[in-house]
Amino acid sequence: MNLLHDLFSRLPFEWAQFAFMRHALLAVLMISPLFALIGTLVVNNRMAFFSDAIGHASLTGLGLGVILGLADPLWALVGFAVLLGVGIFALQRFTRSTMDTVISLSMCVSIALGVVLLSRGGNFNRYSSYLIGDLLSITSREIVQLLVTSLLVGGGLLFGYNRILLIGLNESLAGSRGRNTWWPQMLFCATIALVVTMNLSWVGILIINSLLVLPAAAARNLANDTRQYVMLAVAISLFCGVTGLIASFYANTATGATIVLVSAGCYAATLGMKWFRARAG
Amino acid sequence: METIPHHHTGLAPHVCGECCTRIENLDVSLGGQRILEDITLHLHCGELTALVGPNGAGKSTLLKALLGEVPHAGAIHFLPVPGHGREDAPVIGYVPQQLEFDRFSPVNVHDLFASALSRWPVALWYSRRIRRAATEALCCVEADNLIDRRLGELSGGELQRVLLALSLTPVPNLLLLDEPVSGVDLAGRELFYRMVSGLRRRFDLSILMVSHDLAGAAEVSDRIVFLNRKIVCLGRPEDVIANAELRRTFGLDLVRPEASHA
Repeated sequence: MNLLHDLFSRLPFEWAQFAFMRHALLAVLMISPLFALIGTLVVNNRMAFFSDAIGHASLTGLGLGVILGLADPLWALVGFAVLLGVGIFALQRFTRSTMDTVISLSMCVSIALGVVLLSRGGNFNRYSSYLIGDLLSITSREIVQLLVTSLLVGGGLLFGYNRILLIGLNESLAGSRGRNTWWPQMLFCATIALVVTMNLSWVGILIINSLLVLPAAAARNLANDTRQYVMLAVAISLFCGVTGLIASFYANTATGATIVLVSAGCYAATLGMKWFRARAG
Repeated sequence: METIPHHHTGLAPHVCGECCTRIENLDVSLGGQRILEDITLHLHCGELTALVGPNGAGKSTLLKALLGEVPHAGAIHFLPVPGHGREDAPVIGYVPQQLEFDRFSPVNVHDLFASALSRWPVALWYSRRIRRAATEALCCVEADNLIDRRLGELSGGELQRVLLALSLTPVPNLLLLDEPVSGVDLAGRELFYRMVSGLRRRFDLSILMVSHDLAGAAEVSDRIVFLNRKIVCLGRPEDVIANAELRRTFGLDLVRPEASHA
């Protein structure tokens, strides 16, 4: 870790002279691959709306954390999001309503509840940093935390990757192969909730979902098989993360949103390449 | 129930004739509504049983009960296949009704096999062993040339043959086909039926096929079950086709066209 720090500080760029930029770079290098990996499954299994809702609904988690008087509301955030994620999945199963209705419903309720909790006494502005996020404020202790969770979650995801992929194609087909289809989906919902909320304070509620979805969506335009898809998504995510971070330094803009704009640019570029390729035959 | 003698009659010589799957007094209720009533049905090795009936007759529900996806009363017994599969955890091959998926998904045929057969994440790893297994299975349905094609590029018939190959890896105790040829063109249908017929002989398979295509089903199957919540009639295709209620349901007699639903 310190080694990397030293290495980065020798880079002949202006931004590399600042400790907060080196921290942020480390964080980007850890978050991007994980987000890309999850994103490939989220896009394949049509769960983009789900992950979006989880991000927005964490306003309630934040509110609960504040009301409970926690010094660091992160755990309330994570706890609430994981419960909500699993809850949405279970609710959809038991009521047999369509997924988007259940998600939209839970999202509206949680956003409203969160805003009500946080605006008590007219202090909502204090929490607006969660809406936009601040990657540059990340500390080295938080980076270590991030590294450990990323490795654990990434490992778990790879372990379950095949199952979730198959379930996403056809649940009955996956079930017919003697595999339980509930647990992997439940765990996957919980994982999305965990990863989204763990990173909220760096990226921001409003845009975190695009970090999840955009690299995968861009990779999809070019990939011919699943391995290419994942590798491309990781590469695009890393590229956009680093480029966006540096661009935000020079342009003096919010880092998360800048990364998202670069990713959107990448998406547009891959779309163009796909179109060009199709025309070229 | 109109009983037509069926047990071990008219079976081709290749068939061992044993009961592979016994469904006894099966009842399914969903949301307080009885969907299936007192279904008793024995499926034999090497025999293709077609399941026909009007919409809402409970055909797909019966398959789901066999797959263990819906709770049911009554018993289902599977005969263990030597080598793999136990009575309590049978290997069931399943070919779903037209797979609904994103046509632009990068998942290709090999990925489908790898994700079903192996734990090594397809995101990182392509194993030669899996590729060989997939190729072998695809050869059985004359589809080995499709292995590197994306699922979204396949025609309806090609996709169903790929799914058939997957359902045969490993060779199942029971093969369930849920309207496998709906949305497949005529040539694709014929090819699919020919494949299924050949595989039935080759693996001595017991097959249950839900079908809307009565003519095709009558052609290819050994037995037809006409289901409408209960088993209305079952027996050899030519006998079941003669059943009055079935003819009414499928509008085979044009004497009372107002009664036809097909």
